Amino acid sequence: MQAIKHGSQCLAAAACTALMAAAAVHAQGTEFTNVQRGRYLAQAGDCISCHTVKGGKPFAGGYPVETPFGTIFSSNITPDVVTGIGNWSRDDFYRAMHEGRRKDGQYLYPACPYPWFTKMPREDVDALKSYLDTLQPVRAMPPENKLIWPLGWRRLVAGWNLLFFDQGEYVHREDKPDVWNRGAYLVEGPGHCAACHTPKNMFGASDRDKAMQGGDAGEAWYAPSLTASERDGLGTWSVNDIVQYLKTGANEDTASTGPMTEVVMNSTQHLSNADLIAMATYLKDIPAHKPEEVKDIDEQVMARGKGLYIDQCMGCHMADGKGQKGAFPPLADSPPIRASQPQTLIQVVLAGDFMADPPELPTGLAMPGFAWKLSDQQVADVLTYVRNTWGNRAPPVDADQVAEVRTALHEHGPRYKRLISQSVH
Amino acid sequence: MATRLNPVDVVLVGFGWTASIIAQELTDEGLQVLALERGVDRATVPDFSTTHIQDELRYAVRGGLFQAPVRETLSFRNTRDQTALPMRHLGSFRPGAGVGGAGVHWNGQTWRFLPDDFVLRSHTEERYGADFIAPDITIQDWGVSYDDLEPYYDRFEYLCGVSGTAGNVGGSLRQEGNPFEGARRRDYPLPPLERSSGSLMFDKAARELGYHPFPAPAANTSRPYKNPLGVQMGQCTYCGFCEWFGCGNNSKASPQSTILPVLLKKDNFSYRSGCDVTRVKLDNTGKKAKGVLYRDLEGREYEQPAQLVILCAFAHHNVHLLLLSGIGRPYDPVSGTGVTGRNYAYQITSSVEAFVDELINPYMGAGALGQAIDEFNTDNFDHGPEGFIGGGYIALWTTGGRPITQHHLPKDAPKWGAGWKKAMSENYLKSVSVATHGSVVSHRGAYLDLDPSYKDAYGNPLLRLTFDFHDNDYRMSEFLTGKAEGIAKAMKPRSINVNKRKKPYSIVPYQTTHNTGGAIMGDDPRTSVVNRYLQSWDVPNVFVVGACNFPQNAGYNPTGTVGALAFWAADAIRKMYLKNPGPLIQA
Repeated sequence: MQAIKHGSQCLAAAACTALMAAAAVHAQGTEFTNVQRGRYLAQAGDCISCHTVKGGKPFAGGYPVETPFGTIFSSNITPDVVTGIGNWSRDDFYRAMHEGRRKDGQYLYPACPYPWFTKMPREDVDALKSYLDTLQPVRAMPPENKLIWPLGWRRLVAGWNLLFFDQGEYVHREDKPDVWNRGAYLVEGPGHCAACHTPKNMFGASDRDKAMQGGDAGEAWYAPSLTASERDGLGTWSVNDIVQYLKTGANEDTASTGPMTEVVMNSTQHLSNADLIAMATYLKDIPAHKPEEVKDIDEQVMARGKGLYIDQCMGCHMADGKGQKGAFPPLADSPPIRASQPQTLIQVVLAGDFMADPPELPTGLAMPGFAWKLSDQQVADVLTYVRNTWGNRAPPVDADQVAEVRTALHEHGPRYKRLISQSVH
Repeated sequence: MATRLNPVDVVLVGFGWTASIIAQELTDEGLQVLALERGVDRATVPDFSTTHIQDELRYAVRGGLFQAPVRETLSFRNTRDQTALPMRHLGSFRPGAGVGGAGVHWNGQTWRFLPDDFVLRSHTEERYGADFIAPDITIQDWGVSYDDLEPYYDRFEYLCGVSGTAGNVGGSLRQEGNPFEGARRRDYPLPPLERSSGSLMFDKAARELGYHPFPAPAANTSRPYKNPLGVQMGQCTYCGFCEWFGCGNNSKASPQSTILPVLLKKDNFSYRSGCDVTRVKLDNTGKKAKGVLYRDLEGREYEQPAQLVILCAFAHHNVHLLLLSGIGRPYDPVSGTGVTGRNYAYQITSSVEAFVDELINPYMGAGALGQAIDEFNTDNFDHGPEGFIGGGYIALWTTGGRPITQHHLPKDAPKWGAGWKKAMSENYLKSVSVATHGSVVSHRGAYLDLDPSYKDAYGNPLLRLTFDFHDNDYRMSEFLTGKAEGIAKAMKPRSINVNKRKKPYSIVPYQTTHNTGGAIMGDDPRTSVVNRYLQSWDVPNVFVVGACNFPQNAGYNPTGTVGALAFWAADAIRKMYLKNPGPLIQA
């Protein structure tokens, strides 16, 4: 409740300030329109998720972004002149978004998705800055980053940029329809979907040869493939299925979990239907990759998994794995269940999760956590069973994978507890 | 000295069904609403998770979700010439505590009262003559009719996703439903639950006897459901753990599973748990409430100012607060005058256990999974030859087969040892119980007042209950039990146990938490605490909502009517009171 309250107060304040700014400073309607456009782009870019700590002031930074190289704390992007970006000019801000350089010339770490934001044209970046300038300034300094040596030396990023960063605004593809281009811009630009959904190389850069084939979403969450793969991608989803998922966090096939619920709540639910259709149109056009072959699963594992499923899962997800339409998501014949890596499924079984609860679907139905009652082997068995029953086929889960996620969960806590927009839990 | 808090528009005492409904309605009106709940905060996950909620010892035996008598209890006596003693354990009734109130641990039996119930005195006088009602019986009309409440029953049923078969839609009777019910505007939102084998046996036996059995209306979802607020519910799994438990599947309607996902997100709503409200604070004139006083868990006292005070606590607590706050003249049983505490009533239950040859599988149940007949409720039959008022439904419920408390044994079975085990293994899967759910008349000697001797943790006098069933009720229950025995015998059992209600009323063994009256509604300020809109006659910015409004008790579970009354009062506040705050009816 409190979080929502803050959010809406902040929006109200923003709108108010925007109005005043429009009336007093610029004395023309276009600035207000510009601020609105900037707010929309801030939502499309999901800035708030990383630049806000639960219980903290919106956009004041300090959120820990966990990387294989250490923890990077997000910056304060409120217009505070000392700790925020209040004394940044539009040029400064454009350079940060476009080149990954701060006002003082220092390099940003690519934990900030400037490799995607670089695709945003100047007028969009200016609009975004106009919006950020309407926020309440908050004086707050993020904690020092905790990076492994020698990465504390920001200059090293220059080398990384040279190797992995393609600077440049989005280039319209003439051979594709406008709706595709708009979608491509949103997905590859502000939406920075690939930051999670594309696998990373050893330097933490997206592996372009495997674009959108599924990747590490941090803290032992796995972002599944968004290619047209029917087994574990979007191949079986229609444009409408994707739109519904992005709008509400759920469709007939599945429900969002963990970090994706944050994306839905803080970002995609606020986008226009036209933009969601555009994103879906582009996503549908990503060619399928070939998922890993799956060997036959040990019959004993399947038998143990089935027993566990009947005892622990069947009440909501039903004997046929089809879930309950309009309530609990199905597991049968569901691409996210067949994701090539099982970390997200393990997270949900161990810690439980809450579904997104946007106004269209306010319930936030929840699954309880099983960490306290199921062993690593049991979680592995039941997931292997679920991933290879009712039309599903996916690599088995082993107890070590569960143990790793359990450790990560112990360290970071259930992800849903950090969802800044959620009110009920 | 109480700490004075920032004022709100509306303060609700309690945060169960009625408070949730009223909060949802009044926040839609833009008012700043605050609910004060004495118990703890609870949510479906983690508190009712299917991974641990099915724990009979913790929740059913040790009462994990109920009010703690150490913080709040009452004293009891059967008659005025006795000295009341405080209840140190919950017994005959078990009020809930915590967010969601008793709406968390109920079974989900969601009935509408009959049209005659709302005009019980005038109807009885008209049909049987004024002399038919004994002089000490104080039944009276409600001040609202069934037709007044019908739209609000409908709203509550659709909020909850009630599963059932309508018997009377717009006056046209349906074969498989209850032919005696008042006309409803439309079908139940969901089809009935799957019938249990016990239900089918009852159905067959009752039909053979010429009755009209029907699936009892259940706030246990037979299908996945999305209610008018957009809140989603899962389909009941028939786990058999409704009563005394929260539902982990979002299948049993509760404030958590139907309203709170929407209400808790509103900026103009807030609630606090662990708050014992001790007074409605009145101004110098005694005609206007300024807010409430409450204590937190550490005993600190707070004053919460509000424009409108709505008492939404359990029946007893609403009456207790009115008495402590001096709202309404306390009832005096000697002169028969005064109103607050008047017309307390209860329900009279009995059962006939039947030991059968068929396999029943009782553990596959749901709180409101049952087959019922309504031939002997209210005035659905001629009371002339019987000489009593009232009645009740007869039903076979398959609520569950929990190991500790839900089993039946023939009377001659040994009470312990190998013989007991043998009898248990022979009968656990092959026994059912036909239950009667009888109305209770209000009468002159049944009432609530403040105890002269015993005080609670805050130094306030305990509420004192003086109650026994009236002779009328014992005769009625005897009659109803006889009919239940007839149905049980028609099932051709190996044996039966007839469990009648014996004199006098004992507050020790559990019977039902359907306590009513004490702050009753009506047309006349001399005989009611609140008017037909549940507004205090004496302090117009105080409303009182719940089963405490019932002038006498009907032969049905009360929650359907309580829910309808909450919507009804909220509507009156929205459409009339807010436009012109003051008495909605001139006394």
